[in-house]
Amino acid sequence: MRARRLPLYLGALIVGAAALIALFGPLLAPHDPFVQNLGHRFIPPMWMKGGSAAHILGTDQLGRDYLSRLILGARISMLIGLSTIILSGTIGTALGVLGGYFGGPVDAAVMFIVSCRLAIPVILVALTVVSLVGSSLTVVVLTIGLLLWERFAVVSRAATRQVCALDYIAAAWAAGCSRSRIILREVLPNIVHHLIVIATVDMAIAILLEAALSFLGLGVPPPLPSWGLMIAEGKDYMFFKPWVIEIPGIALLILVLGINLLGDGLRDALGAQTER
Amino acid sequence: MLRYAARSALLAFLVCLTVLVASFALTRVSGNLAINIAGPEATPQTIARIQHQLGLDRPLPVQFFDWADRAAHGDLGESFLFHEKVSHLIATHFPVTFTLGMLGIAIAVAVAIPLGILAALNEGSGIDVAVGFVALAGQAVPSFWLGLLLIIWFGVDLHWLPIAGAATWKGYILPAFVLSFVAIPVMLRMTRGGMVDAMRADYVRTARAKGLSRGSIVLKHAFRNAAMPVVAVSAVQLGFILGGSVVVEVVFNVRGVGYLAWESIGKGDFPVVQAVVLLFAIIFVVLTLLSDLIGAALDPRLRGG
Repeated sequence: MRARRLPLYLGALIVGAAALIALFGPLLAPHDPFVQNLGHRFIPPMWMKGGSAAHILGTDQLGRDYLSRLILGARISMLIGLSTIILSGTIGTALGVLGGYFGGPVDAAVMFIVSCRLAIPVILVALTVVSLVGSSLTVVVLTIGLLLWERFAVVSRAATRQVCALDYIAAAWAAGCSRSRIILREVLPNIVHHLIVIATVDMAIAILLEAALSFLGLGVPPPLPSWGLMIAEGKDYMFFKPWVIEIPGIALLILVLGINLLGDGLRDALGAQTER
Repeated sequence: MLRYAARSALLAFLVCLTVLVASFALTRVSGNLAINIAGPEATPQTIARIQHQLGLDRPLPVQFFDWADRAAHGDLGESFLFHEKVSHLIATHFPVTFTLGMLGIAIAVAVAIPLGILAALNEGSGIDVAVGFVALAGQAVPSFWLGLLLIIWFGVDLHWLPIAGAATWKGYILPAFVLSFVAIPVMLRMTRGGMVDAMRADYVRTARAKGLSRGSIVLKHAFRNAAMPVVAVSAVQLGFILGGSVVVEVVFNVRGVGYLAWESIGKGDFPVVQAVVLLFAIIFVVLTLLSDLIGAALDPRLRGG
């Protein structure tokens, strides 16, 4: 039994650490992540030849401290992940619960909207929107949030249908509860464990999507240290200094892996049968 | 079955129409295209001239029906920048993306199915855990980053494969491999789950009782049943792979439709962007429809509802 809970604990550890770094990291960062020092460009990480303890993870092409930028990058990733799932979770859950509760034409309409959303190529449309509206943190969050709600909708619809077939919903209806009361007080609390699992899946996807957008130059604008942007900026130097892209990439990999582990662990622990 | 097919096809057609409207609205609502094309220093006269040339000064509904009418006849307009027919641009770029996508899904199938079976047959063992970790890691690795690392390892350190472009067949290997990561985790989990269920099913117990060999039980009995949903889902996964081709084509500098779209977005060439969004949407809808129909043909229970 212990071993089965391992993903949950490991995931919670990684995500918890990332949350703490996002919250308090910038206070502890050794340097200002925006201060350039062209005399100290490309100092390698301290364990490599030529590295120094003053810059544990080295410096970038403008001489900015890499560790400090990485730490601020964690805040950007977590901020984007959380804001996106709040937005997409609200949209998706609202649609899914309505479809699942009312059924019939309402449900058909919801499923049709979901089909349309699935047909839209996410990365392409996100790139187009950001290039037209202009890149900023807010635009990226809104764009990703408005595109990634379909998993919430599909899962909350299925869960709502299951819950609505149960006796206590009929009992609430017989007791004279209003529809809105049934949805908010009876249905929602009983599908929330499914939603938490989907939230972790979507948060991971949102973080990867932001990194890809920033990498392509249409995400978080410089000089903000988004991990995707750090990889894009290091790309021209990667043949000679591979650590410039390796460090932010590994950070991204660990964070997303942690979120997915947490999601898998929660699914087992909460007994939510959800597709991914 | 026929009724189900007709209903699904009608829905798919309606989805395509909606995406048509959406992809048109996307580029018109979010800003003045003429300003984007003319650049920030253009005079109002230049902007007005460009607007008139491109027909952007007409009322929106007129522009839409004109565009949709032409699109329905296969004329996707002319690129603002390349001064070439959009349909021609897409026709020349699409084969590259399609080849990449097919290779990607082929690699995904070749990796995911054997690994999924292996994990299911050793359920709960170290192998199962290791395969599960492969799926998790595959889901967590950013595709553009994996692409860059592979370029460093295979292109520069080992000199085995070209670092950019798809001039020869060797140029397709790395991008197709990276694209396959989009589909591997899902297909791996489905194969494993299906096989675990199948190996517990009564017909497998019967086959065992009949004294059939283990290989015959696994391949002829269990896998045939477990493979059905995986085959159906691989069509949908191909759609996701094509959608993800933008990033991979840019990383590897491969000139497919994804690269074309990225270039066009950067230059404000929106007839091309609209057309590529529409193309990907139609491909996805058709693949989903195929997947549904295959599923329904194989399993009549899926036809209801």
